[in-house]
Amino acid sequence: MGEPMLQVRDLHAYYGKSHILQGVTFDVGEGEIVSLLGRNGVGRSTTIKAIMGDVPPSGSIRFKGREIVGLKPHQVARLGLGYVPENRDIFPGLTVRQNLLLGQKSTRHKGRWSVEDLFEVFPRLKERADTPGGVLSGGEQQMLTICRTLMGDPDLIMIDEPTEGLSPMMVELVGKLLAEIAERGVSILLVEQKLTIALRISHRLYVMGHGHIVFEGTPAALNADAAVRKEWLEV
Amino acid sequence: MLELVIFSSLNGVLYGMLLFMLASGLTLIFSMMGVLNFAHASFYMLGAYFGFEISRRIGFWPGFVVAPLLVGAVGALVERYGLRQVHRHGHVAELLFTFGLAFVIEELVQMFWGKLPVDYRVPASLDFTAFTLFQTTYPAYRMFMLLVAVGMFVFLLAILTRTRVGLIIQAALTHPNTVAMLGHDVPRIFMMVFGVGSALAGLAGVIAGPALVTQPSMAALLGPILFVVVVVGGLGSLPGAFVASLLIGLIQTFAVAINLSLSDIFGSGGAAIFGDLWQATVAQLAPVIPYLLLVLILIFRPTGLMGTRET
Ligand SMILES: Nc1ncnc2c1ncn2[C@@H]1O[C@H](COP(=O)(O)OP(=O)(O)O)[C@@H](O)[C@H]1O
Ligand SMILES: [Mg+2]
Repeated sequence: MGEPMLQVRDLHAYYGKSHILQGVTFDVGEGEIVSLLGRNGVGRSTTIKAIMGDVPPSGSIRFKGREIVGLKPHQVARLGLGYVPENRDIFPGLTVRQNLLLGQKSTRHKGRWSVEDLFEVFPRLKERADTPGGVLSGGEQQMLTICRTLMGDPDLIMIDEPTEGLSPMMVELVGKLLAEIAERGVSILLVEQKLTIALRISHRLYVMGHGHIVFEGTPAALNADAAVRKEWLEV
Repeated sequence: MLELVIFSSLNGVLYGMLLFMLASGLTLIFSMMGVLNFAHASFYMLGAYFGFEISRRIGFWPGFVVAPLLVGAVGALVERYGLRQVHRHGHVAELLFTFGLAFVIEELVQMFWGKLPVDYRVPASLDFTAFTLFQTTYPAYRMFMLLVAVGMFVFLLAILTRTRVGLIIQAALTHPNTVAMLGHDVPRIFMMVFGVGSALAGLAGVIAGPALVTQPSMAALLGPILFVVVVVGGLGSLPGAFVASLLIGLIQTFAVAINLSLSDIFGSGGAAIFGDLWQATVAQLAPVIPYLLLVLILIFRPTGLMGTRET
């Protein structure tokens, strides 16, 4: 067995003087769905931002066999790492279709996903193809951000709290989309706070507490470990 | 009277479209840098001088094509190796940098071409009368300028609203970080925008040079009017810059054509308060009108006609 697709070793990151990530280590294998769980403020978003190069990282981050520490965000994205930020940062003035087109890295490269494919998974987006992204509901905007990143044909997609603030029905839809993404051979790093869909769809999970990983295991193992859940996840 | 209206409208629209060729680039550059580029009119001057130099060696048409490209390249280099470094030190540093650059360009132009106006002429192929109306002739070269300016406008609009590159630029202006995360090289996009904006200013210089006067003070003469345009239109707003360009173009052109004084228009009552000023013709007051508009806009509508942000 070769090296995992994404291999993070002893990752450190700072905001000014505060030492936010204090040696984070984890892997995501090819075709795997991995969740990174933890309470608010433990550093999950910072972890993904550091991987993207949006927050300066130190330590080692290898993606598809290549060291990516020191690369700029657009270079990391071009290697095939997709990122869906938690703030659902769509371009409000552009239409749904234009938002999707912006996700493409080039027009020559035919990826796993076309606009039509995504419209098939989300008929809602198709109905609203020509409306400005800004008027969509929160759930629709979440779908749009995920789909926009998929248009760039990532091999691994990192999604930050996609179910946050969504209705149970919308959460179901997100779960369905993630399953569809995995089916097409894309690896997923899912950041969540609650266990909801993570426990059901993940192959493996990590739990984070104040700047480092405090648990690693299968959904079954986490289910069995009431102590970890109580100390690091439940409120 | 009708004659005056027709010719002033034509000239006003022409002047306005020329202003817009500069204001559009300045507006795009403002949107990405967050500061006004004081050297923008200097790129217009460089265009005129490059055009002059090439036209006297090979001819007007090669200059018409090559000079804007050269100016665009200069602009891109200035962004890449100047502004991008200065950007780290904040907006004031950027502003001062563009301010200094304007003087550097003016001094260089004087060193190479001297202080006096150069003899940049309308090409023979365009040196004829387009039409005659009420015994007044209208030069073909002016129609050509209008055509180029309108053509540029349509081209810019099509690029920005109809192409993927245009979409990326629009998105990068407001959400640079998100656009970068999607795999687009935002600094490179900004360098391109700066280059294209400079090239547009250069093109305006190339076509305006032969019609106006190509001299080292031409940047300093146009620069202030340009700022009036972008502030009146609303900083960062392209449609605003368009409306304001035409507005200023028309106001300026009509004002210089009106030979009435304020006392002719409003009666002699104001003379007691304003003295001789009341006897001045509108034409004599024309230069101050744009700045008056600027001041009034800043007082009563600080966002400009179509802008969203405070100046
Ligand atoms: N831009 C920032 N500047 C300073 N501190 C930040 C910034 N973003 C996050 N932090 C701090 O870093 C820590 C980790 O934040 P974050 O990674 O967003 O946590 P999570 O995503 O797990 O909720 C928090 O204590 C937060 O206050
Ligand atoms: Mg977070």
